Amino acid sequence: MIELRQISTIAGKEFRDRIRNRWVLAIAVVFAAFALVIAYFGAAQQGTVGFRSIEITIASLVSLVIYLIPLIALILGFDVIVGERERGSLDLLLTMPITRLELLLGKYLGLSAALTLSTVAGFGLAGIAMANQLDANALMHYSGFILSSVLLGMTFLSLAVMISVFATDRAGASGLAIATWFFFVLVFDLLLLGALVATGGHYGGQVFPYLLLLNPADVFRVLNIFSLEDVRTLYGMATVFPEELASPGLLGVIMLLWIVAPLSVAFWRFKR
Amino acid sequence: MANIIIEGRVVSRHFGAIRAVDGVDLDIRAGELFGLIGHNGAGKSTLFKMMLGLLSPTSGEIRIAGESVSGRNFRNVRRKIGYLPENLALYDNLTGLETLHFFARLKAADVRQCVAGLERVGLAHAANRRVREYSKGMRQRLGFAHALLGEPRLLFLDEPTNGLDPEAIREFFAILRGLQSEGVTMILTSHILADIQERVDRLAIMKNGKIQSCGSVQALRETVNLPLILEIGGFVSASQVAHALDGLPVISIEARHDRLWVKLPPEAKMPALAKLMTMGDAMQDLHVREPSLEDVFFGLAE
Repeated sequence: MIELRQISTIAGKEFRDRIRNRWVLAIAVVFAAFALVIAYFGAAQQGTVGFRSIEITIASLVSLVIYLIPLIALILGFDVIVGERERGSLDLLLTMPITRLELLLGKYLGLSAALTLSTVAGFGLAGIAMANQLDANALMHYSGFILSSVLLGMTFLSLAVMISVFATDRAGASGLAIATWFFFVLVFDLLLLGALVATGGHYGGQVFPYLLLLNPADVFRVLNIFSLEDVRTLYGMATVFPEELASPGLLGVIMLLWIVAPLSVAFWRFKR
Repeated sequence: MANIIIEGRVVSRHFGAIRAVDGVDLDIRAGELFGLIGHNGAGKSTLFKMMLGLLSPTSGEIRIAGESVSGRNFRNVRRKIGYLPENLALYDNLTGLETLHFFARLKAADVRQCVAGLERVGLAHAANRRVREYSKGMRQRLGFAHALLGEPRLLFLDEPTNGLDPEAIREFFAILRGLQSEGVTMILTSHILADIQERVDRLAIMKNGKIQSCGSVQALRETVNLPLILEIGGFVSASQVAHALDGLPVISIEARHDRLWVKLPPEAKMPALAKLMTMGDAMQDLHVREPSLEDVFFGLAE
């Protein structure tokens, strides 16, 4: 029987720690600054300054966020268990009337709350600054972008928690976290593209969109790009991505699976 | 028969080829102060961790208050267990009071008692200071306050006097005496055997993962049958003492620092004292030195 009180106590501590050490504030400021700079100066290279459209802004933000949020989430969570184990405080926690599942969920939810607050506050502030130039439709798209950014953060946080459970020390965990970021954010797409090009597109072309679902960063990209008509055409995604996979609801569920799966593996390992 | 609160039956824990704990049977009675001693690597910490449910036994079973430590219902038992680890790691970013609040919530203990808990261990003045500013002794006191949260009925204390000054050690044992009078069961380990020899009801000596001996300090003394020492002061010579103790199995008589040290088997104590009393005013002082726990420990090790 799961006791919510134990989960909320652990989550509350994790969240308050990040508020207290100004982590939430720092990340929110970074997000707000990036969003505003991209919104108003994103076209400076083309000699234009000022807000253009929410679609172009979101497309630019997606390109940035896809690097930044996974990195932040992995840094936030890589030592959540292994750090406690290395300091010796994990044993003290586990002698409390708390199960390992409650501890893991509490840690994860507390960090998720901190990352969510940073993301919503940072991009939300930027949204407020742009509000007078956004109509209801644009606001909805921008809100969708914020929500998907939160989900992206939570998927990589889930991976970070899994790494933290498997790692034997903090140094190893940090290495694994960097490797995970490198693989999902930089290498995965290159491998897929390389395979496509090497085979001249004869093999795997139809499987390609499904393989993208194996990377939460790609799911996030597809989720945002597909919700923006202009950008979809710009990226040429409509030609390669099957319609049945293009539902935001389905892509959202896939991101949720990307949250649940690593956490489940982490729990399986942690209880042993 | 005394009420048994901890029962260990053929408990073993192996790490690969290493048998950290090897077939240990252990009964600890409710309300007793039980010592667990042994060399580094003897298996004390592993046995402690298994009793706390932090490690699963490779074989055998441990039950506390009738519940298996690996069972689902052990959560309720945990609420009445306090634990002070040897290497205490607390959260440096929290204050002493916040630390207790956090653990009190986890233990479903009354958070309003946290201030009183800090007062009890002499940390009321530092309640709102961050733990990172605490000295080692203060951290140890805070760890003890943490262990006492929720009025535990069972306390596990692993090297509890680490980092404490002599005054704090005395206060610590005074608190333990108070808890013992309330019927709290305590299991403690210590490398400072002199600290515990007069305080524990019973103790177990571990060696190579096994319990080598278990019983009261006096019972262990009798098991080992180590010689005792009569320390004599005054104007008596070794030959006079040897003459007085003629017929008794005296092991040795040595002169040390103007005193005579007479070593003899424990069963010769009373006859020897009776004979020495006949020496009159020449003998001005007499101490009987029973084998210490340390002597017993090393005697058993041999």
